[in-house]
Amino acid sequence: MSTYKIAVIGDKDSIMGFKTIGVDTFPVTSTEAALDTLKKLVAENYGVIFITEELAQGLQAVIDELHKRFLPTIVLIPNSKGTLGIGIEQIRKNVEKAIGADILFRKEG
Amino acid sequence: MEIRVNPTRMELNRLRKRLTMAQRGHKLLKDKRDELIRQFLILVRRNKDLREHIEKELSEAFAKFLLARAVMPAVNLEEALMYPTKMLQLEVQRQNIMSVYTPKFDWIEQESGGTGEASIYPYGFLDTSAELDTSIETLSNIFPQLMELAEVEKTVQLMAEEIEKTRRRVNALEYVLIPRLEETIKYITMKLDESERGALTRLMKIKDVVRAKM
Repeated sequence: MSTYKIAVIGDKDSIMGFKTIGVDTFPVTSTEAALDTLKKLVAENYGVIFITEELAQGLQAVIDELHKRFLPTIVLIPNSKGTLGIGIEQIRKNVEKAIGADILFRKEG
Repeated sequence: MEIRVNPTRMELNRLRKRLTMAQRGHKLLKDKRDELIRQFLILVRRNKDLREHIEKELSEAFAKFLLARAVMPAVNLEEALMYPTKMLQLEVQRQNIMSVYTPKFDWIEQESGGTGEASIYPYGFLDTSAELDTSIETLSNIFPQLMELAEVEKTVQLMAEEIEKTRRRVNALEYVLIPRLEETIKYITMKLDESERGALTRLMKIKDVVRAKM
């Protein structure tokens, strides 16, 4: 069993606080920079990567690909401007994929 | 549609064996799918609750952090957060749920420097604002849940993938392979019966001819 590290990618304002609890922070502002950072982190041994929804928006294809792997785990988090609902949307998609119908969020839509 | 084969007894036996095998596989896969879905539903509910909770808490923590940023000079803030008191190490174990391998996370906190209980605040209270304290406290409080979310979400993703695969297989067996095998078996039995009847009538005819000559 090997040990892994935990990282968070996002805009500086949102993720600085994570540093205090021992998570490695990678402040980026553009989608391209986020993609580069993400690629670098996947190559190194990071087990969990938190990424803000705002940045994840542009990286959907890469993240979807990573979701199929055992590691790393990509978790979307809201940023300081609030949530964009992509994380919840992801869960809904998973349900639809597995069950064939959306049974969890039926009431809303 | 049937499979093109020679209508022989050997072929018939072979097909019958394949059919029983396919039916057994179909039943097993169906059970696997049902169990996967059952566990998936439990997990996905947990996932939804966790995510909703965490998104709320994180937004709060971020909002407070923003406030802290607003009332403190940026230099002071960066200085305060420059040296974290903790280092995190993540240990990953493999868990097997219905032959889906999912990660299980354990983490170890290492205190950098200092002995014993270090405070979660890596700074003195002189130059910092109270908002920063609460923000960091919330963050550090929800961290275990954040890790659980990571674990559950990954598990849900991997399981969704596996359920989709299993369902395809079940359907392929149920709607394609098994009906085709059954059809072909029917075709061969009918062909064999027909040739048997043919042989029988031929025999009777010949018997008649032979008898008429005597």
